[in-house]
Amino acid sequence: MVALVYLIPAALLLGGFGLACFLWALRTGQFEDLDGAAWRALHDAHDDRLNDEERR
Amino acid sequence: MALQASLDPTAIDAGCCSIGGLAAPASRAGTGADPRAYVVVGDDGTARLDAVVETLDCPSCVPSIEGVLGRLDGMLAARVNAGQRRIHLEWDPARLDLDRILGALDGLGHRIAAYDAARLGGREVDEVGRGLLRALAVAGFAFANVMLVSVAVWAGLAQDMGPGTRAFLHWVSALIALPAIVYAGRPFFGSALAALRSGTTNMDVPIAIGVSLATGMSLLETTRNGPHVFFDAALGLLFFLLIGRFLDRSLRGRAFAAAQNLLALRAVSAVVIGRDRRTEVRAIDAVRPGDLVAVAVGETVPVDGRVAAGRSDVDAALVTGESLPQPVAPGTVVHAGTVNLTAPIEVETAAAGSGTLLAEIAAMMDRAGQAKARYVRLADRISRIYAPVIHALALAAFAGWMALGGADWRHALMISVAVLIVTCPCALGLAVPAVQVGAVGRLLKRGAYVKSGDALERLARADTVVFDKTGTLTLGRPRLEGIDDADCVGDSGEVLAVAAALARRSTHPLARALAAAAGDGPAADDVREEPGCGLEAVLSGVRVRLGRRDWVGGATAATPHAGPEIWLRRGDAPAVRLRFVDAPRPDAAEVVAGLQARGLRVVLLSGDGRAVVDDLADRIGIDERRAECLPGDKIAVLERLAAEGRRVAMVGDGLNDAPALAAAFVSLSPATAADVSQTAADLVFRGDSLAPVLEALDVARRADMLVRQNVGLALAYNLVAVPLAVAGLVTPLIAAVVMSASSLAVTGNALRVQRGR
Repeated sequence: MVALVYLIPAALLLGGFGLACFLWALRTGQFEDLDGAAWRALHDAHDDRLNDEERR
Repeated sequence: MALQASLDPTAIDAGCCSIGGLAAPASRAGTGADPRAYVVVGDDGTARLDAVVETLDCPSCVPSIEGVLGRLDGMLAARVNAGQRRIHLEWDPARLDLDRILGALDGLGHRIAAYDAARLGGREVDEVGRGLLRALAVAGFAFANVMLVSVAVWAGLAQDMGPGTRAFLHWVSALIALPAIVYAGRPFFGSALAALRSGTTNMDVPIAIGVSLATGMSLLETTRNGPHVFFDAALGLLFFLLIGRFLDRSLRGRAFAAAQNLLALRAVSAVVIGRDRRTEVRAIDAVRPGDLVAVAVGETVPVDGRVAAGRSDVDAALVTGESLPQPVAPGTVVHAGTVNLTAPIEVETAAAGSGTLLAEIAAMMDRAGQAKARYVRLADRISRIYAPVIHALALAAFAGWMALGGADWRHALMISVAVLIVTCPCALGLAVPAVQVGAVGRLLKRGAYVKSGDALERLARADTVVFDKTGTLTLGRPRLEGIDDADCVGDSGEVLAVAAALARRSTHPLARALAAAAGDGPAADDVREEPGCGLEAVLSGVRVRLGRRDWVGGATAATPHAGPEIWLRRGDAPAVRLRFVDAPRPDAAEVVAGLQARGLRVVLLSGDGRAVVDDLADRIGIDERRAECLPGDKIAVLERLAAEGRRVAMVGDGLNDAPALAAAFVSLSPATAADVSQTAADLVFRGDSLAPVLEALDVARRADMLVRQNVGLALAYNLVAVPLAVAGLVTPLIAAVVMSASSLAVTGNALRVQRGR
């Protein structure tokens, strides 16, 4: 039963981390436009890995 | 740069965007206000503009718009919201001019309608939805963790968990659950309090009582080290109910955004001519009676007034329902919302903004719309019976156990809490929105846009369908029906070719129909358009006129024709008549027959003449028809039908239909309809086909059936669970299992609305 002392906080911490991530995503407007993001990913201008040379 | 465009994956999509853009000018709706009036310059010198991109038909346009605008020098941010069809722009006005931005958008085939972000509001609405999502997230987190602990306790009950460990786990549950319940329960507590204060009850009252009693009792049991706590049940209840609440909210939010877009499109600006003949663009609110307004060809007249200079034809279809353009000359009265077709005119303003016919019709709509506001949603109707029954049951269980069972008050209260939890209306809170979201999504894929869940409920109960004629049963576009050459002037193919050569130079609807009937061919040179009369040209030395009978001259008597007609005269030869009809939608007869087969009464109401209406009604099989109806007459007919106890679904498109659309039990409108009518309608459908009306009715009826099944399912669960709860046999484990199982069962059943036929 001693295991509970660290297992319960561990469970709460992990769950709380997920909750915090979700609330952060909500606050930064990640759910405002669910369709646009999928298409935006196809656009080179938003791909930081490409340098100017490759983009041309 | 060119290479970049070809490598750009979005270049492929540009095709579909420009098609949307090209198609757009053909629509008769106004083009919205001049964006300049809505640019906001902040303290930091940044210019900002919010606008609706109504031509944004494919989400794939998003990267191409953002890419092109982002490359403009001085553009700070260009963000498109594909779901709401809106764009937010920020730029440095010192380096970039709005015209260049609009030019770039135009190049992609997009037009924008700017709006005042502060005045349209909507932030609060979004905020409510986000608040629900936050509450849902917190409830979900707490529910999962409390369940984790509860399972351990349940396992411990079967084995031999010591009372110390159990008490510890109960305290852990309480510490997680209490703040979460307080936070996630606010939407329900608030609504229940408001209802109780106004002396009524709603679905939230038993929820609020159940949750607070369960929490309070559980806390008491925890402090007394009792064997059973209900924290998990209370949280589970909130979690499932919040899902339903959120689904319902997002359905309303989407409808609200669409209504706002329509409002933005309706805002227009006017070009005012000053004393010194200098022109100035003004927002419509700033136009005063007496101002002279210039209206170019193809533009919407922004004000009510009299023509001061110029002759032209105006398309008043959206205002009066009259499908043919009317000639106007100095002195003629024109209304806001009509479209100027053939030549520029100047209009002396009689009324603008709230004084116009448009605004009067909007006011008439508000009055008529009150009938709709009286509709009580199915869930609320059930809750009116359900809530008192639950309260009575819980109270009876408490009293019964105290008086007859000889239990102490704690035990009796625990049993009545179990009754409240088990009977809590999860199914009603979750399954109704789940079905409706599914049904609305399915209709959206078929080209029909439903604005609210209760619109579906009302549509399912409709037993009479009233159609408007022009633009609804018909396409609102004339089509060449035949050529009457009584004097054998030439063969009809040649007559058509000559007429079409002239017609290709005009934008008049009849000319367009003629050109469409003739197909591709050469256009005549030096065609002169006489507004209100017709077209004239000289072909191989012969003067040719195409237009009104008295202007063309040389017409012989002809049998009367119900639809529009124009005459062609070459030189001094007798004139030839070209007859047109407003073609019915391709599947109009089929849909009308389908509606009748489903037991609905079909009525046709039209502002057109008797002969035209009779002709169409006979062709598509409607027996009940009324011609020459004014907007007020249409409302009167609807009210008489309502007094007979009929629930009327009105299908119409014109501005003149808008009050009737608002007055009807449920209303539908094609996407080509006037903005006001689309705002008034519960459902808007796209395309030339009328089939979405039938599809919507079928889906609505199916959704209605599934909702009723769900309510039945929930009641069946209660039939088993309530006697157990009253008998005192429901432990927290059983409560949690019953609640989750019934919630999952009704959600699963709700998903069936997406499938089938």
